[in-house]
Amino acid sequence: MKKIAMTVAALVASAGLASAGAVAPGDVAFAEDGSVAQSLSGAAGDVENGRKIMNKGAGNCIACHQVTALSHLLFHGEIGPTLDGAADRWTQAELRGIVANAKNVFEGSMMPSFYKTTGFIRLGKAYTGKAHEGEVMPLLTAQEIEDVVSFLMTLKEE
Amino acid sequence: MKNTSKLVSALALAAMTSTPALAGPDEDQLWVNDEIQMVTEVAAPAHMENIDTLYSGWRYRSNETQAIQMDDFENPGFVGVENAMVSWAKVEGDAGESCQSCHGDVESLKGVRAVYPRWNEAAGEVRTLEMQVNDCRVTRMSAEEWGYTSGPMANMLALISSVSRGMPVNVAIDGPAQATWEHGKELYYMRTGQLELSCANCHEDSVGLMVRADHLSQGQINGFPTYRLKNTKLNTVHARFKGCVRDTRAQTYKPGSAEFIALELYVASRGNGLSVEGPSVRN
Repeated sequence: MKKIAMTVAALVASAGLASAGAVAPGDVAFAEDGSVAQSLSGAAGDVENGRKIMNKGAGNCIACHQVTALSHLLFHGEIGPTLDGAADRWTQAELRGIVANAKNVFEGSMMPSFYKTTGFIRLGKAYTGKAHEGEVMPLLTAQEIEDVVSFLMTLKEE
Repeated sequence: MKNTSKLVSALALAAMTSTPALAGPDEDQLWVNDEIQMVTEVAAPAHMENIDTLYSGWRYRSNETQAIQMDDFENPGFVGVENAMVSWAKVEGDAGESCQSCHGDVESLKGVRAVYPRWNEAAGEVRTLEMQVNDCRVTRMSAEEWGYTSGPMANMLALISSVSRGMPVNVAIDGPAQATWEHGKELYYMRTGQLELSCANCHEDSVGLMVRADHLSQGQINGFPTYRLKNTKLNTVHARFKGCVRDTRAQTYKPGSAEFIALELYVASRGNGLSVEGPSVRN
């Protein structure tokens, strides 16, 4: 009886989270392989917004990755692998896990963890060089992660 | 006819700029004023664990940027050198001294840039050249300290470096300097800020690659102070370190701090064998 009540409470709690929107960065359910099955925002991603985040702001994915579908944008970096065909190589859950925290998938990866708020050394206040104060926001919001993932899911070669 | 040649050169330029950047350093040789030959490529010192060959940052820059450093009349860093020559001879402070009244001609400091940062036995600490300049100003001249990364300091460093150009960087990392060097090494590999990036992530693991429009070099500091086309001024080592750490979305260390002194010693030692180039020109 007690167990059932707890299960019900857990279901209510998770339903509450889903309706409130995002899974908090500390609550993301990473699978053992680093993938994340559920949408972080509880909503579907917006491919067009994902395309924008690839180029600008905290995303700036092409600073390190080449993407032929974005070849109209100048200067793609070479540090990470090309993202062409990413959707052939990875599932949506794997891409979500990699964008959220690539270090769970590739040990020691240079790639920043875009949905993480703890464990930093000398965390600064954005790019000011000053110390961070107050609540830490992840580099991308839950919805922005979903948007990027949905764009990446369009990168098919096969 | 003139229009045609202009068009041809514009087309040639377009062809050049659309060529993808090479993965590594180029093959160019650096001679300054057709008389100082710079070593821009040399076997790495024994303490370098992950890199076999050192390359000056000059080898990663475009031909246009490279050319500016090859002639002191073209190199805007020499405006700073000239200003520093005025400072060198100028009496400042209550002691009635100038740099010149003790040191004579600046040529007497030939070789100094190459061995700093360096352990100072009397002070019991590793000192950067900036610290030594300020020590002279306070102790010998009874003058005010210069700001660690200030214009007058950058200019004076450029002057002092200029007389050592072509000499190999040779900072000591053993003996009493070893603990500071080890601290610097630890900082070099520490991943800071929200982007969790270390010096090594870019300048060792990704050297030669493009990060957006920037061609990553080994992050050598043998060319400091460096005139950057980006901010059109002479830049000191610690100001550059601060900019890099800031760009990892971290709280930076302060110029002149124990951390940056240690990091400077370590990074300088990673260039042991390259020529002193300061004031160099970079983008």
